[in-house]
Amino acid sequence: MNDIYINPEFEVVRNDSRCIRCRVCERQCANEVHSFDADGKVMISDESKCVNCQRCVSLCPTHSLKIVKSDCRLKENANWQDQTIKEIYKQANSGGVLLSSMGNPNPLPVYWDKILINASQVTNPSIDPLREPMETKVFLGKKPSVIDRDCNGEIINNLTPQIELSMPVMFSAMSYGSISYNAHKSLALAAQKLGILYNTGEGGLHEDFYVYGDNTIVQVASGRFGVHEKYLMAGKAIEIKMGQGAKPGIGGHLPGAKIVGDVSKTRMIPEGSDAISPAPHHDIYSIEDLRQLVYSLKEATAYKKPVIVKVAAVHNIAAIASGIARSGADIIAIDGFRGGTGAAPTRIRDNVGIPIELALAAVDKRLRDEGIRNNVSLVVGGSIRSAADVVKAIALGADACYIATAAVLALGCHLCRTCQTGKCNWGIATQNPELVKRLNPEIGSQRLINLMTAWQHEIKELMGGMGINSIEALRGNRLMLRGVGLNEKELEILGISHAGQ
Amino acid sequence: MKKVYVNEKWCLGCHLCEYNCAFANSGEKNMVKALKDKEIHPRIHVEEDGKITYAVSCRHCEDPVCVKCCISGALSKKDGVVKIDKNKCVGCFTCVLVCPYGAVSPAEGHAATKCELCLENACGSPACVKGCPNKAIVYEER
Amino acid sequence: MKNYVIVGGGVASVAAIEGIRSVDKSGKIYLISGEKKPTYCRPLISYYLQGLTDFEKMKYRPDGFYAENNVELIFDKAESVDKDKKTVKVGDKTIKYDKLLVATGSTPFVPPFNGLNTVDKKFSFMTEDDASAIEKAVDKDSRVLIIGAGLIGLKCAESLSERVKSIAVCDLATRVLSSILDDDCAKYMQNVLEEHGVSFILGDSVSSFDKNTATLASGRTVDFDVLILAVGVRADISLVKNAGGNINRGIIVNDKMQTSIPDVYAAGDCAEGFDASINSNRVIAILPSAYMQGYTAGVNMAGGNKSLGNEFPLNAIGFYGLHSLTAGAYTGETYEEKTEKGIKRLFFDGDNLVGFILIGDINGAGIYTSLIKEKTKLTDEDKEKLKKSPTLAIFNSEIRSKKLGGVV
Repeated sequence: MNDIYINPEFEVVRNDSRCIRCRVCERQCANEVHSFDADGKVMISDESKCVNCQRCVSLCPTHSLKIVKSDCRLKENANWQDQTIKEIYKQANSGGVLLSSMGNPNPLPVYWDKILINASQVTNPSIDPLREPMETKVFLGKKPSVIDRDCNGEIINNLTPQIELSMPVMFSAMSYGSISYNAHKSLALAAQKLGILYNTGEGGLHEDFYVYGDNTIVQVASGRFGVHEKYLMAGKAIEIKMGQGAKPGIGGHLPGAKIVGDVSKTRMIPEGSDAISPAPHHDIYSIEDLRQLVYSLKEATAYKKPVIVKVAAVHNIAAIASGIARSGADIIAIDGFRGGTGAAPTRIRDNVGIPIELALAAVDKRLRDEGIRNNVSLVVGGSIRSAADVVKAIALGADACYIATAAVLALGCHLCRTCQTGKCNWGIATQNPELVKRLNPEIGSQRLINLMTAWQHEIKELMGGMGINSIEALRGNRLMLRGVGLNEKELEILGISHAGQ
Repeated sequence: MKKVYVNEKWCLGCHLCEYNCAFANSGEKNMVKALKDKEIHPRIHVEEDGKITYAVSCRHCEDPVCVKCCISGALSKKDGVVKIDKNKCVGCFTCVLVCPYGAVSPAEGHAATKCELCLENACGSPACVKGCPNKAIVYEER
Repeated sequence: MKNYVIVGGGVASVAAIEGIRSVDKSGKIYLISGEKKPTYCRPLISYYLQGLTDFEKMKYRPDGFYAENNVELIFDKAESVDKDKKTVKVGDKTIKYDKLLVATGSTPFVPPFNGLNTVDKKFSFMTEDDASAIEKAVDKDSRVLIIGAGLIGLKCAESLSERVKSIAVCDLATRVLSSILDDDCAKYMQNVLEEHGVSFILGDSVSSFDKNTATLASGRTVDFDVLILAVGVRADISLVKNAGGNINRGIIVNDKMQTSIPDVYAAGDCAEGFDASINSNRVIAILPSAYMQGYTAGVNMAGGNKSLGNEFPLNAIGFYGLHSLTAGAYTGETYEEKTEKGIKRLFFDGDNLVGFILIGDINGAGIYTSLIKEKTKLTDEDKEKLKKSPTLAIFNSEIRSKKLGGVV
């Protein structure tokens, strides 16, 4: 049913004095917003279809386009805001659950922005990263608590498998299916060149990408899609996905329309069938059950692969993490409530879960208090937006960060948050071959490499400023952080002092 | 010798190469002024076959048949570049008749037109390559 | 060091020089040319008359071409070839050759009309000198009669149409451009010329001239001030014929451009090369063929090994901005498309494209030409695509990527 209550959200503003009718906007819009009227020789727009992805804006050679938010507004009402009312209209029309993509866009506190970083002055020297060595390398995995020696006094290597990263950032899980082949290839190529890891998500591993195995985390999620022995052996590490920041407590649903060709083959499910990942793992109802899966996977891979358990940041996350740390997992990944997704029910995305900053601080403290911090490494994600966020996360206790939204932004994503339509004009969140080819992995991987290289420089500069020359020395160093505009409780949970203290 | 090469795998069929070419060879400094309300005669064109698209421009052949067949001596190959002397060209279009790539076209006026790699216009190197959003056209040594 | 001798100063000779120098940088090259000037582009003489070019621009190669290629020019007529002594007699000189190229081209054919000798202003239209002479002979009041509605006659008509009072073109054939166009297409081109004031007398011929009047076979009379004879050309084969070489209408050559006389080659309008469109030898008197033949001869003369490719007639001709490109044979299954803007005719024989006529929209025609030349096998689907427009889409992605992404 055509919904007369929903007005176009955006306006296409064309500076006609600049438009040369090259029609690139028309050719590049998968939503068919633009069209050329041959009679009047003018470009016309159907704004009701516009999602504000700005592909047309970016490619217009004469910069004659802009997309603006429509200022057509309902009467102002602080309680019944425009968006709220529109959602009511939508649901009154469709009777369905509202769907959204990417991370929570609501104006909830971003703690990273209320935390400030220290710098050395006078009493301890800062370090110039251009002149002195600065180590950004990290190892993820369980760290032994004792040193074992043989009868000759030589050290016995009792180290469990570790992941070596050139810098404390990895590309977090995005499945082949939710994102395109070329997006995956870009991530894989970049991870390999950078000496970091990317993550398959729950879509299996395309056979073309086995060659990047040493830079791949293979994920095992509740649907078990694409999981087989060769797959498990292919990666550098295995991640059990218990939850995702964007939609804690629910599973996933990749519509049958996207299960085509290689996606179907890679997931090992028939073409056209919906890929439904259950909300829970049906074999996990306790830490003991989780432990069974952790060890099943270790057994299957001859104890050569570290196992990561990924959970969404939710209430009682510290207790949950404590349980995971005792389950045999080598790494805990925690995903904050701002984490992105290819599709999630809007209410869940916007209302479930907690900020990663608080979850991280709570988990790190709990594991330290319980003396099991070295049992696991901590990886955090859920909206790490910059090198500063990375440094703050490390200082709060993380071993490394997961990024995904930042990575897809580097690939060209414009955060229009309509991944669920499958018509991504940037060739990222789509399986349409005509759209997929818009992302050339040669370009994509280079942009990812550039981004990570830039962050690495910034991390070194920030660390240098603090007089710290390695990630190792920064980890959990909360003295380097101060809060601004935070209340006592927040400061207590974050374990930091207020600025000025 | 660097030349323009096309990889259709990455061609989006956006046709920007055509407009960038026309602009680069317009002698104008502003694209709007150069191309607005004008019929363009780019030296590269995008062919479409269903969903397949690819750009075609002069291949600067090792053994250029257009040069051999030119009845006015206007086409020549120097330093690896097949060039057209518009002053000599009378527009008989024998070159159009023989180019196996369809890369020489009749243009406005009397002369034929073809890619000269932007080496002598303000762009300095192929504008189609610089403007290709997906590296479907590259300028390199092969 | 070899002695190369080239007789004739046309395009085939330039091509031969370039062919020789692609193999042998040092051998001595003599060029004997009766036309006492550097090689110029003969087909441009009509453009000259039209004011679109000048003699300076018409030079086929830049000044210094002969010097750079170390060619000694002899502006004189080659009288005879002694095949045993391997010499060419030029005036009172005798030049020894190791390899000889005969590229003597063709001369205008003038039928023995009654009373032709009574015509004061009569010209052929082959050389710069002809063009200069015509230019001097015509003024805005001239009535021009052109005998011959072929390429030469019509280009002449076009070039003069703006500068004379009237032009009539007479031909025994019932259509214009009878050697390259079929009836429909010929009519189409004729219309364009007629729109620009050229009148036609077709299916008729001159039986006699009396000063400024031509009497036609039909009995009709035509008054004129300037007569241009463009009936056709004859290959200039005398040198080889007199030396005892095999000749037909042209000098018979093999695919290396060798004549029946050892070390003597022939190329250009005087030679009868292989025409793939009719599957036998004939003179293809067009510039591209002259170049290809000359170049091939040159390479072989210098010791290289090159065969003349798959040659067939190609013609590019245009009048008043309407262009017609044609190639190959007009036989087999025909596809036709007529629009207001022109005509497209494609001729398929089995799996092959064998010929085409394009009038109006000529973009990309070379793709068709190369399909004829390469005898590319076409599926029905390919043919459908080609009917729409010449396109590389008929090739699969792999072949196309070699063409567009490889070194060619």
